[in-house]
Amino acid sequence: MLRIENLSAFYGEAQVLRDVSLEVSAGEVVTLVGRNGAGKSTLLRCVMGLHPGQRGTVELDGRDITRLPAHKRARLGLGWVPDDRGSYATLTVTENLTLPPTVGPDPWSLERVYEAFPALHTRRDSAATMLSGGEQQMLALARVLRMGARLLLCDEPTEGLSPLLVQQVGDLLREAKRHGVTVLLVEQNLHFATGVADRHYLLAEGRVAEAMDNSEVRSRERELLAYLGI
Amino acid sequence: MSGFAQNTFNGLVSGAFYALLALGLAVIFGMLRVVNFAHGAFYMLGAFGAYVLLAEAGVPFWAALVIMPVGLALLGMALERAVIHRLTKLDPLYNFLLTFGLTLILQDLVKLRYGVQSSPYETPSLLSGSVDFGLFDFPTYRVFILGFAVLLCVAVWWVLTRTRIGMVVRASTERPDLTRAFGIDVGRWVTPVFGFGIGLAGLAGVLAAPMRAVNPLMGADLIIVVFAVVVIGGLGSIFGSVAAGFGIGLVQAWGEAYLSNFPLVSQTIVFVVMAGVLLWRPAGLFGREEAPA
Repeated sequence: MLRIENLSAFYGEAQVLRDVSLEVSAGEVVTLVGRNGAGKSTLLRCVMGLHPGQRGTVELDGRDITRLPAHKRARLGLGWVPDDRGSYATLTVTENLTLPPTVGPDPWSLERVYEAFPALHTRRDSAATMLSGGEQQMLALARVLRMGARLLLCDEPTEGLSPLLVQQVGDLLREAKRHGVTVLLVEQNLHFATGVADRHYLLAEGRVAEAMDNSEVRSRERELLAYLGI
Repeated sequence: MSGFAQNTFNGLVSGAFYALLALGLAVIFGMLRVVNFAHGAFYMLGAFGAYVLLAEAGVPFWAALVIMPVGLALLGMALERAVIHRLTKLDPLYNFLLTFGLTLILQDLVKLRYGVQSSPYETPSLLSGSVDFGLFDFPTYRVFILGFAVLLCVAVWWVLTRTRIGMVVRASTERPDLTRAFGIDVGRWVTPVFGFGIGLAGLAGVLAAPMRAVNPLMGADLIIVVFAVVVIGGLGSIFGSVAAGFGIGLVQAWGEAYLSNFPLVSQTIVFVVMAGVLLWRPAGLFGREEAPA
């Protein structure tokens, strides 16, 4: 579904990604793990079309989208879940959910979202930034599900959440996967990652250092945790 | 007491002009991150256009009230496409140079043709005379301006808060990059929003023609206060700009009336208020610290 080839990205003079190539098949959940500054978030931004300084190719369903602006990529089915949760202070919860147009074959209805997240329903007319961190994370995920996005780009959706909420995020991603949604996930939490993902890429200094499956991550967990510095 | 009502009413009428101009500056700044120093020149063009239409083509006030805002909105959109949109990637200094330069060009073009003396513009006959409010009576035309401006501000507020277009504009204003990532072509809204802001300035100009001296510098005098209004309300805040517009109109009118022993006070009071507000709330009364992209 998603193919990245020889992707390099720059912040001014500094190169943050070096010839990254990877693939995500339809229906897969794939994580990007790596230390802070390894280029994980930049990689996601490149896929979304939000990073101006880049070189290489990004393909979606065999179509070269490297030159496509972000809003057109979203309309092809990319769902953006940013690391800061992307809540709008000037929009209500309902408006945050309905801002993006529906783009996929299987969008969640607003009713379904509110049934799944009663807390969002209770606060539906409040400014989204008035929600708790966990609720804002749910809002960010619910928003891309309501879009009907086919490929979710999630930047650390479990960061700063309580174990219970981490569990909930995991359930949600597993349910999306059951409905055929593909997920590319930046994640530091290896337990969470092996619980929801099929495969993992380890990024180091802007390169793909290793590609691993779940059993490999589990068997090398201690080594990986030490490497990631967690 | 009737003196107080008189002063309050006049303050609200001046405030209506501040509000309309500040509102346009606020939507433009929100969407483009461009401070339009040429806003006063478009206000002047609105008034001058109304005057020229009447004097040279016999076009009445009511027609000018439609023609000038629409025409200036189109001119604004053309300017946005031609030059203004290039500012977004440049140092803010260029924003100042370009829009201030536009002001000088527009002012001097009008000066070349019509000179610098003020031209009279007659109040439309339907709105001449005064309205009796029991204890006081106010000129009909000013009552009309106040009602019209309030209605317009309410309509803009309604569009911004209750419609999908308004939601898209709010989202694009708050976080343009994020909004693109949600499938919205933010760039497509930039030109119409700029045109709309300019149209509001033109409309305020037409409204001003019958009660203010119509001359090439009328915008330059007013716009300085309007910038203070925008800063007080919070740069980019729609509600703040309208509230501060009416508020400053009142403060000025009361200052003029009750501090008349200190003639300089009424001219400087706006800036004293601005300094005070900035000390207390650096982002303005209703402003928000800039969010990350």
